Amino acid sequence: MTLLTTRGLSKHFAGLCAVEGVNFDLPQGEVRALIGPNGAGKTTLVSMICGRIAPSGGQVIFEGRDITALPAHKRIMLGMAYTFQITSVFAGLSVGENVALAARRRLKGADVGLAVDDALARVGLLDRKAQEAGDLSYGHQRLLEIAMGLAQSPRLLILDEPTQGLAEGEIAEFKALIRELAGKTTILLIEHNMSVVMELADRITVLNFGEILAEGTPDEIHANGEVQTAYLGNG
Amino acid sequence: MSGGARAFALHGGLIVLLFVLQFVLPAYHHGNLARIMVLASYAVGYNILFGYTGLLSLGHALFFAAGMYGMGLGIQHLGLTPAPALLLGLVAGAVVSGGLALLALRTTGVAFMIVTLMFAQAGYLTILYFGEYTRGDEGFVIQQAQRVLWGIDLSDAGNRYFAALILFGTCLMASLWLVRVPFGKVLVAIRENEERVRMLGYDIFVHKLAAMIISGTIAAAAGASYGLLFGYAGASFASVQYSIFPLLWVLLGGAGTVLGPFIGTLFMFYLIDLSSGVTTAYMLIAGVALVLLTLFAPQGLMGELRRRVWRGLP
Amino acid sequence: MPGNPCARMDLGPYIVLASLEGAITAAVLALTAVGLSLVFGVMRVVNIAHGEFFMLGAVIAWWIAHSLGGHPAIGFAVALVAAPLIVGALAVAADMTILKRLNYDPERTIVATIGVLYIIQQMTLMGYGPDARPVEPPFNTRLAIPWFEHGADGWAMIWPWGLGTTSYKLAVIGAAVVLLCGVWLLMSRTRFGLVMRATQADRDMAQAFGIPVERVYALVFGLGAALAALAGVLIVPIQQAHYLMGADPLLLSFIVVIIGGLGSLPGTVLAAVLIGLSDGIISVFFSPTLAKILATLLVGLVLVFRPQGLFGARSG
Repeated sequence: MTLLTTRGLSKHFAGLCAVEGVNFDLPQGEVRALIGPNGAGKTTLVSMICGRIAPSGGQVIFEGRDITALPAHKRIMLGMAYTFQITSVFAGLSVGENVALAARRRLKGADVGLAVDDALARVGLLDRKAQEAGDLSYGHQRLLEIAMGLAQSPRLLILDEPTQGLAEGEIAEFKALIRELAGKTTILLIEHNMSVVMELADRITVLNFGEILAEGTPDEIHANGEVQTAYLGNG
Repeated sequence: MSGGARAFALHGGLIVLLFVLQFVLPAYHHGNLARIMVLASYAVGYNILFGYTGLLSLGHALFFAAGMYGMGLGIQHLGLTPAPALLLGLVAGAVVSGGLALLALRTTGVAFMIVTLMFAQAGYLTILYFGEYTRGDEGFVIQQAQRVLWGIDLSDAGNRYFAALILFGTCLMASLWLVRVPFGKVLVAIRENEERVRMLGYDIFVHKLAAMIISGTIAAAAGASYGLLFGYAGASFASVQYSIFPLLWVLLGGAGTVLGPFIGTLFMFYLIDLSSGVTTAYMLIAGVALVLLTLFAPQGLMGELRRRVWRGLP
Repeated sequence: MPGNPCARMDLGPYIVLASLEGAITAAVLALTAVGLSLVFGVMRVVNIAHGEFFMLGAVIAWWIAHSLGGHPAIGFAVALVAAPLIVGALAVAADMTILKRLNYDPERTIVATIGVLYIIQQMTLMGYGPDARPVEPPFNTRLAIPWFEHGADGWAMIWPWGLGTTSYKLAVIGAAVVLLCGVWLLMSRTRFGLVMRATQADRDMAQAFGIPVERVYALVFGLGAALAALAGVLIVPIQQAHYLMGADPLLLSFIVVIIGGLGSLPGTVLAAVLIGLSDGIISVFFSPTLAKILATLLVGLVLVFRPQGLFGARSG
């Protein structure tokens, strides 16, 4: 079953085409990587999917329902979660409260505490629960972002460059975490780190100049000459 | 939870202290403190919107005045007794703040400040315009006979102090409770990062709307009580100055702290009280304080205390 | 119109008179509002203390005229130069000691300028006192205005009682036009104007190109205040100097700047003329309080529903 579909999705900023006529299908349970050179429109595309920005044209369909006109917070309630590219945890609140805010949208009472502990344990931040989020290191703030996404237990988890700024060891833990989620949660991953992409993704979509350039398994994409020149070439 | 117990002890302790003080204070300060508690309740209401939700309103005098005139006009022209008049004041505050919120929350930042300022000014001018009923700048006195609530004469200094304490205690504890429940946590999160809260699935508009109505209704409760306890309603309470005051008190005491509004009101009241003995230009103190606070202590007194001593201070 | 001082006049001549008075309001308002608009446009600072700079201009004009004595023209001429310079210097100092240190954060600067408003206003109260004091105009010839009426023997020219103006009032309008042209020339034809526009367009880019942004900000804030002070000097022979006289020009400038489109100079001038003229005419039909209520509501509603102003495209 297809979880997410976009049809002719476009965004123009002051006459400039950031995304143009994207038809995108994401089956349930898949880990999909979205790659492309800087400025290819990756963040713009997922921002339209989760409702942060309004499209200039086209449709977004989630679980068979047209959600193009739905405001962001209602899409989240339908089961989407989005972790930000630029770390945006609530710096003045404790680590636990950050995750609790995410969990409370679907849980109440004691379940919130359990979900918080579970999400924090999975990213390895449980012992920092009481700390103020602003005091965490950059890498830990990225992990907290992911924990907030996990606590929402979404049907579609959108991760915008989750490994940016993480140390080698943390990246390995992140890979393990995604493998654990794979199959249960559908994941859309914007990622620059090719080793992460190649190891985790079931399929890869390549975006270039706002349009889909190629789509396929990691091996197919790796072998694709067009992708080589457009993306891998400029590293 | 020891943090919770400490917080409860601190705030409960303040209320007990205020209760005891009425027996030892000389008459002059006794009267001042009653006034300060009512004004601090106003500041507590302002703090919910400004300190916890991060929305800087320059028009709260509109809500204070809505309570004062809802109560006062109810007694004066509808012949209400104090209890229903107070209720009318509260309803007026809720309606006015809800109405303004529906308009002003379509804007953010600087535009929100100017929009609230303008509508509050329009409210002030409206009170002047209907001078036939409101007696404009001159205002009107609420007679002693009209200030008897459930058999208690509120013009009596002791009763008045006690009534002010009940109002302030209720507002303070309500505010302490609010910031500890999930709804309050969402407000703080909106202040910290609105876009992130939206992307966790919360309806920002509904939360801000609720915060503004709660804040406005508390301000109205303070306004209505002020009119009833001190027996007077006048247009000056709707002027820009009375929108600036709660901002000043909260900034001084510490925005986003439960105790800050009281501390700020207390300090500023006595500062202005002392200086008005020296000069008629007592608002100079307010101006200097506003500039110095924005420059050097945007966290205010309690904010500094939280930063240096007790990080979990609510 | 019962109670109106001009009740004996017909509506036609009365509207002419109201428009003339409106034109003076418009002229002074345009100067004040352009100052506010310049500061907002370039610095993104909403200066709540702007009206106090206007008031200071008027009070300093009184002080200079009072201490110099002699022919009123001497004191007035000195004030016309000195008041904007003094007020401008004061504003530059306020920018460097306060606004700069707040890093021009929009919300905190508003709070700080509210503080500055009270400081200036209350210091004036302490130094100058609570009285309203007049300044004699440098010249003040009465000019009557003719009116044409269709009578029994065709059209006739009459001189209705009360329909007239003074040479000084006309000079105020002229001076404002000249000054506004000066501002326009400064913005469009000089290097400083270019630097200001570059800073307005993109602060970081301007900084990268070696423009001393902080000095530009200080000068713009001074220039904005000086324009308000000039307007204050021009109005003081018509209206008396008083420490609370800054409130109305502040409100009207806000209306003008918001309706004209935030930060747009041509929009601001156009809106000033419109508001100034209609202010005179509206007060024929409405009480001043009701007119002010409508004006404040208008500003609020424009900000809510058309933040780009009533004319002009979306700006910044």
